[in-house]
Amino acid sequence: MISSVIKLAEIANENSISFEPFVFWLCGGLAVLGAIGMLISHKAVHSALWVALTMINLAVLYVLQSAPFLGVAQVVVYTGAVMMLFLFVLMIVGVDAADSLVETIKGQRRVGILAGVILVVSLVLLLGNSFSIQAAELVNADSAYGGNVQGIAALLFGKYVLIFELTSALLITAAVGAMVLAHKERTSPRKTQAILARELFASGTYKGPLPSPGVYARHNSVDTPALLPDGSVSEISLPGPIVARGAVKNINQSDLNEVQIISEGLGLVSSDEEGDR
Amino acid sequence: MNPNAYLVLSGIIFSIGALGVLLRRNAIVAFMSVELMLNAANLAFVTGARVWGNLDGQTAAFFVMVVAAAEVVIGLAIILTIFRTRNSASVDEASLLRW
Repeated sequence: MISSVIKLAEIANENSISFEPFVFWLCGGLAVLGAIGMLISHKAVHSALWVALTMINLAVLYVLQSAPFLGVAQVVVYTGAVMMLFLFVLMIVGVDAADSLVETIKGQRRVGILAGVILVVSLVLLLGNSFSIQAAELVNADSAYGGNVQGIAALLFGKYVLIFELTSALLITAAVGAMVLAHKERTSPRKTQAILARELFASGTYKGPLPSPGVYARHNSVDTPALLPDGSVSEISLPGPIVARGAVKNINQSDLNEVQIISEGLGLVSSDEEGDR
Repeated sequence: MNPNAYLVLSGIIFSIGALGVLLRRNAIVAFMSVELMLNAANLAFVTGARVWGNLDGQTAAFFVMVVAAAEVVIGLAIILTIFRTRNSASVDEASLLRW
């Protein structure tokens, strides 16, 4: 998709077709829509998805403005890494952690909205006239280096090489810092499977798997109670709704005989009965 | 096309991000708003690079991306640490240092 956008941008540059306003209004509108969606959605996960929409549209705008490398980096870094990191943290914190609507500072929301409106108006008025240059005068910066990536590389490893080295130090510090912050010192020894199982059964109630219906019975449907080796019905084998409906199947003498045969280990069901179950 | 339109768009997105920081009480959403503001600044950088006809602005936007990635890692780790100790991701809960 990105390569086709780049190609379209090149074609437009060569033939001076103006498809740029169309893409600008489409993607710019979607970006603002995503930003507003982030602002007003109550659930944090929805906010994250709206922000991802904004970032993808900003990537298209970068490509449109002859910055294909940044457009790709935007998709990879922001929508691919940063937003997914946000989603991971949201999964840990709890996806249903919605905002509380209680104002801790009185009138804070009203003043905040007012400040935001003032900021929008002043920024739009300020930025609306900042460049007097027109589209025809725009020059392509990539031609001096033979390409966008080559140009950025020349600047990164030439003019800005010191800053580039500093960012590597920053990234290493961030990685170590995240590990230090996320590390949790263990104050008690790790519980093994055996300790966990002992704790589970120490509570006294039966925690093992329930006997399935139909054990020691002539049918394996849920309404057939499991029979204990002495022929009595095992109450825990019956699903609650079936009992409440009174749909439990009665046991008859042949069932009891069969239980006795199996529990004594004398013989199993004959092979012709095996067929119709 | 007039490059000022991109700057206005960047200003609008920046303001929405600032509003998000002011209004939302969930620390993670407030953090997302910061990311949105950084992105808006990046758009202004790219527009500037295009208008001036050199790649310095794009390089600056690249550095912003790098710093934003580092910032996200640290910020989310801090949010996680606060969540572990206070069991909440709300910015109002972490008021232990308040006088």
